[in-house]
Amino acid sequence: MQAICEKPESFIDTPTHFCPGCGHGIVLRLIAEIIDAWGIRDKTIGLAPVGCSVLAYNYLDIDMCEAAHGRPPAVATGIKRVHPDHFVFAYQGDGDLAAIGMAEIIHAANRGEHITFIFVNNAIYGMTNGQMAPTTLVGQKSATTLSGRNPSNDGYPIRVCELLSVLEGSSYIERVSISSPENIRKTKKAIEKGFKTQKEKRGFSLIEILSPCPIYWRMDAIESMKYIDEKMTRTFPLGIIKDWE
Amino acid sequence: MKQLLTGNEAAAEAAIYAGCRYYYGYPITPQNELINYMSVRMPQVKGTFIQAESEIAAINMVYGSAAAGGRTMTSSSSPGISLKQEGISYLAGSELPCVIVNIQRGGPGLGDISASQADYFQSVKGGGHGDYRVIVLAPSSVQEMADLVYDAFDLADKYRNPVLILGDAQIGQLMEPVEFKKEFRENLPQKEWALTGAKNRNRKIIKSFYPVKGELEVFNAKLQNKYKEIEKNEVRYEAVNIHKADVILVAYGTSARICKEVVRKSHQFKFRIGLIRPISLWPFPSEFIREMSERARCMLTVEMSAGQMLEDVRLAVEGRCPVHFYGRTGGGVPTSLEIIKKIVEIMPKNRAAKTLLQFAEVK
Repeated sequence: MQAICEKPESFIDTPTHFCPGCGHGIVLRLIAEIIDAWGIRDKTIGLAPVGCSVLAYNYLDIDMCEAAHGRPPAVATGIKRVHPDHFVFAYQGDGDLAAIGMAEIIHAANRGEHITFIFVNNAIYGMTNGQMAPTTLVGQKSATTLSGRNPSNDGYPIRVCELLSVLEGSSYIERVSISSPENIRKTKKAIEKGFKTQKEKRGFSLIEILSPCPIYWRMDAIESMKYIDEKMTRTFPLGIIKDWE
Repeated sequence: MKQLLTGNEAAAEAAIYAGCRYYYGYPITPQNELINYMSVRMPQVKGTFIQAESEIAAINMVYGSAAAGGRTMTSSSSPGISLKQEGISYLAGSELPCVIVNIQRGGPGLGDISASQADYFQSVKGGGHGDYRVIVLAPSSVQEMADLVYDAFDLADKYRNPVLILGDAQIGQLMEPVEFKKEFRENLPQKEWALTGAKNRNRKIIKSFYPVKGELEVFNAKLQNKYKEIEKNEVRYEAVNIHKADVILVAYGTSARICKEVVRKSHQFKFRIGLIRPISLWPFPSEFIREMSERARCMLTVEMSAGQMLEDVRLAVEGRCPVHFYGRTGGGVPTSLEIIKKIVEIMPKNRAAKTLLQFAEVK
């Protein structure tokens, strides 16, 4: 019998620490599928920083490096300069990339580092029990915005892709979501394009992925997918924001 | 061949000699000669130079290159080193080798840009969070800066641990003849633990996160065992005129240079003065200081701080003899005459001063 769908080889067969309905598992699986399909397990180094993304190294069977909170762009730069022909990617959440690590991501983009950033935006701090993230929507409730994010005190959700796209060093920037099988396929294509960008030494690539956090959105899994389509994409429109091709 | 270089430039060239090919820095006085030198020199040896967006980014780039197996360095001065402390804790926690140069300036806060030794506590007691140690080496001349930076890379690799070079504005900026006597290293062998891509082998992970209960305690015990090894093997100090000394001065770096002048002048006033100059501040030469404290009348610690190394000297001596202190802060540098005055002040209390002092005539 022919297998139509299998666990990717570079995806470790183990229970994950992710909550029910979380999107991280889908994204990590897509990365593993690409590593398998491209046959690049032996020349790929991934980065896992602080937050829900930290245990990514428990699930991907490749060389991986932890980074301090927000610092993957700097750590990845240090790795890529030693191994310029390897694939280096960082797997960052919204707090990591757009709050504490904003300076690092802007400057990595500005230097045009040949690194792919996979930016999982679920608009919340999941690991620390659901506080406001820099990408939390206006009016969205969180542990630190109990009556909803109020711009007059909390500011506005940050559109990372648009922000980075104005820098001359950034080459490929796309926002996708994993709210449906179709969108998941698009996400995979976007990540592949990111890898292609660094393979051809075209510079900095970032794929922002809108991803559900049902537990801290206080929704069920299906509702949270709808929330991505109906609410999140209004603030964070999907599509290619910058392309070198 | 001898060259005339500043301490900062000597540190940079010594790093190149030692095979360092990844340098990340951020401008700050009084270490600017180092980052400037690296920006020219690194491309010449096909190395990487990045002027980072911040001290924090610089230390994390060091983290990345260390994890990938390169010999790597960053440098800064006191306020910048404070910013790097989180990164240094992660480097220690991930057992990554690297060299960090601190050309100390006055503090706290923005302080000033003149020489100081007020970062001793930060350097040897931790600085960042967690139970960790970095090896701390303190040069007192430009030649020694070159020698210690070179050795620092070997020590860092040997123990998979960060090594801190603790200089100050004077050591960094004064010019002296220096010779690079050791082998010019290139194409060093690959480190077996480094991240190189999982080619025909199991994957490797560089991390400092141990969330499963009990794992972190086991890891900490491993670190502490390593630190014990370092304490056993890597103590460095210089002893001057020590064996018949009534008063033993204890000083490092710039302060030790001035104390050497005191020792040279001491025959003029008939006190027998010796000097212990710790070169490794961690591991600290506690055992030697303890041994010497049993035969000296007293000790005098001289620092450009309000008295930081003093605590380690007292811990080593454990009351075997009085330990006095003379220090200047905020960019003040002690003169040899000030130190001699202090010696006169402390001598009678120990009834060691039997000779009449013609102190005023000491030049």
